[in-house]
Formats: sequence, C-alpha cells, structure tokens
Amino acid sequence: MQLTEHLFRHEWGRMVGAVTRVFGAHNLALAEDVVQEAFCRAAEVWPYRGVPENPSAWLMATAKNCALDVLRRERTARTFAPSLGRFLESQTTLAPVIEEAFGPAAIRDDLLRMMFSCCHPQLAPEAQVALMLNILCGFSVEEIASALVSTPAAIEKRVARGKRTLSKSKKLFEVAAPAEISSRLPAVDTALYLLFNEGYHGANAESAVRGDLCQEAMRLTAILLEHPLCATPRTYALAALMCLNAARLPARIDASGNLSSLFEQDRSAWNRQLIGEGMSFLELSAKGGQVSEYHLEAAIASVHATARSIEDTDWVKVVSLYDSLMTMRPSPIVALNRAIAIAQRDGPDRGIEEIRAITDAGRLTSYPFYWAALGEFELRCRRSEPAQQHFRSAAALARNDAERHFFTQRLQIVDLDSGGEGGI
Amino acid sequence: MSEFTYLFRGRKTSGSPEEMQKHFERWAAWFKELAAAGRLKDPGHPLQGTGKVVTGSRKIVKDGPYAEAKDVVGGYIIVEADDIGQAVELSKGCPILEVGGSVEVRPVQVR
Repeated sequence: MQLTEHLFRHEWGRMVGAVTRVFGAHNLALAEDVVQEAFCRAAEVWPYRGVPENPSAWLMATAKNCALDVLRRERTARTFAPSLGRFLESQTTLAPVIEEAFGPAAIRDDLLRMMFSCCHPQLAPEAQVALMLNILCGFSVEEIASALVSTPAAIEKRVARGKRTLSKSKKLFEVAAPAEISSRLPAVDTALYLLFNEGYHGANAESAVRGDLCQEAMRLTAILLEHPLCATPRTYALAALMCLNAARLPARIDASGNLSSLFEQDRSAWNRQLIGEGMSFLELSAKGGQVSEYHLEAAIASVHATARSIEDTDWVKVVSLYDSLMTMRPSPIVALNRAIAIAQRDGPDRGIEEIRAITDAGRLTSYPFYWAALGEFELRCRRSEPAQQHFRSAAALARNDAERHFFTQRLQIVDLDSGGEGGI
Repeated sequence: MSEFTYLFRGRKTSGSPEEMQKHFERWAAWFKELAAAGRLKDPGHPLQGTGKVVTGSRKIVKDGPYAEAKDVVGGYIIVEADDIGQAVELSKGCPILEVGGSVEVRPVQVR
C-alpha cells in the first residue's frame, strides 16, 4: 500500500494535540518527543510489515503507547494535565484513562484546539503562522525558514518564543466555550490568511513549496469549517478566496517553467474543481449579510475564475470591489491592484495616474511588481524608454530567479516592440 | 547461491515528519528492490529498542541492550547472494547508512 503524500506531516498536528492534552500544555516539548518516537517506529516497522491498513490509526495508537510509557516512567517526577492528573497518578486508572483520552470522540477536536492555541493573543501574527507550521503542519524550523525565505535562526527564535507562551498558559484553548471561540476566531482566520498568502504571493521561488503552503492553509481552514461555531460567513469567505485563487496556481508556471501573469495564463490549466468548491464556499459565505474583506477578495477572485479571458473579465465589477476593499482595509498593495484593474477598464494612462496617486507608496516601491505594473502600462502606451526603466527596476528588486527571468523577458519584449538594440 | 543475514544497527531519530516519511519510503523502496531481484530470502523482523539481557550461570537479568543507539540492532533480514562480495554490494543500498547507521553482513552457516 502506498502512503498518501505528506501523510506524516498531516498527522503530526492532531497527534501532538492529543498528547499535549493529556500531558498538559507545559509538557509540549515532551509531547512532541513522544509523537516523534511514533514516527520513528513507523519508519522502522513498516518496511518489514508493510503500511498498515489505517496508517493514521496506527500512528495515533503508537503515540498513545509511547505516552503511556512516559507516564509510567515519569508519573512521580512530573506534573501532567491538571484535569487528568488524579487519574494519571494511579496505576489502576492510568491505562483506561489513557485509552479513553485517545478515543475517537476525545481526539476529534485536538487539531482545532491546537489551532486556536497557536493563535495566542500575546503572539504577533507572524509568530502564529510560524507556530502553526511547526506544531500543526509538522514543518521543521529549517523547512519553515526555507518556505518563508527566512533564516533558521530567525524562525527558531519565533517558534521558541511561541512555544514558551503556549507552555506557560495553564491549559490549551477550550474549544467547547462558544464565547472564547467567537472572540479568537478572527485571529485564527488572519493567521490562516497569512499562511495562504505566504504561499500565494511569497518570495519562495519553488512553486512546489508555495503550493504546499497554500494546501496547508486550505487543509486547516477546512478543519476549522467542520466545527459549527467556526463555520461563520467570514470563514466561508476565507475558504472561498483560498480555493478561487489556488485554482490559478497551476497556470502560474507555463510549459517552459517560467512565471506567467494573469494576462497570459493558459486558463484551461486552472483547477475547475477548486473553482467549483470556491464558488460553493462563496455562496455559503453570503448568509448573514455581513461583508468582510475576505468576501471582497473572494468576489474579486471569482470574477477572474469565471472569466473566459482578460477581455471577457468584468473589470467594472473588479474596480468597484477594490474600491470597497480600499475603504475596508486600505493598503498600498490593494491600491496597486486597484490601479491595475482601472487600467483594464479605462486604459493604461489612467492606470499610471492611479499608481502615481497612491499615498504611502514608500514600501511599495521595493515591491518588484509595482515597477512591473508601471512598465506594462508604459509599454501599452508604446513609450519604450520609461517601460524599459521600470522593468529594469523590477528586475533589480526581483526576489528570486523566476521573477528576475520574468522581468527580463518583459524587458526583451519592450526592446522587440521598439525595434531597439535587443531586436532580433 | 548462499544466504546472508543483514543486521541493521542505528536509527533515525531526528527529522521533520516529511523527512521521516521520506526515510520510510526509501526503506520500503529498498526492500522492494531486493525482493524484485529475487534476493530477499526472508523479510526478517524489526526489533523493539528495549528488552532484557540475561548473563552468566547466575542468570542475571538486566534491562537492555543499553548500548548506544547507533549500536542497537533494529532489525534483520536474510538475503541470497552469490558470495559475500555481492552481499556487501547489495547492502550498500540500505537507507540506514544515510543516517549514521550500519549494516552487518553475516554469512549464514549451513553445515
């Protein structure tokens, strides 16, 4: 039997959640060791025995047995989860209590509990994202650093601080309390949104890594939606925007392995199934009449996902959605995207005007696509010289080889267009 | 054709879930390769890391094996090869070697 891709990664969070519930949040590191041991055993036993029929259940059962070993050994030396403490102390109640603590009903909410615990209000959103990747998705510090294009040292610091905060809390987040769920849900949504964006817009050059991050965000969001208190219109909108944007991921790299912009993408490569799921989520998000920034972003993505071509796209609608987004959550990036939509609606000169009018463009000017957008508009106005300048600026700011190659290619197109020195 | 026992020592204890899964998949692929080549005489058994050691005429029982992790036998299989040289060559594909472990190749005494 073949293992599902990333199975270990996907089981990690639930297993750590279950063992941490039994050991107590202060024993998080010990819980991680126990889960690690379960994975070691799987890697040692399965080659001989073959993959068990239900590998997830095998892993959880092995983690349970390892946890039991630890409890027998360290029962007197350590304190464990206060809620179970009394039962864990007695030899006769230990095994049945552990049996129940790892039963299907008990482990159902473990991943959710961990997800909410990772979004501790004392932690910055970036730290929450790193912690989610580590605890829920089983990414090592090195894997997080490489995925987020950061250094292992910086990520290590972020993760360690997050774990300290988690360990200091008396207990894990209580998912049975409706008021607590509602008050922390927005933070969970935000962290998942950031995680998705790291994959979708991040600096990592490898599309496989980016796809992984998007997939993890979508997987966790789907788990969030399984809980009735978390299945709010806002979270549905978040799921919708993830699906509708992720649907375009396969087309972002063309047949020769190069970046391809929305304007040139082969739309037949878009994932129809994800578009379908996204549209259903969007429908579910419409209940209640409240409109969040996720609703607006999902609506924008839905316009693109359902348009047959750039020309067929309802740019009037896209611009008005960006107008609303600017009111609700103004940011230089939203302003840039709005300007691009305006250029589609009213022509490239209007696009340039809008970009020039962006206040607070300071940080935006270090974003390569800011210059690339200006370059495109100048190119469309057939002004080669400024177009070249802008694409050169973009290439200089490129965050990876794929982006650099993309901007250099645009530069060559300008050269061709102007019959200049680059012409063949 | 002769039989050889491979004793695997050491274990991979660190690594992200993704790396652990890759490590398992390399083991599974190697076993499959041996079997497909008709070399896997007996797929053997994995061994648990702990047990008891009984020694001497006084039959003293100790928890064991208490060796360093890299010296503990984690499992064994029996392969068929023309000679020890070929058995050694075949053992070089073992993933335990990538994580600091070793394979002990021992001819099975037949007579």
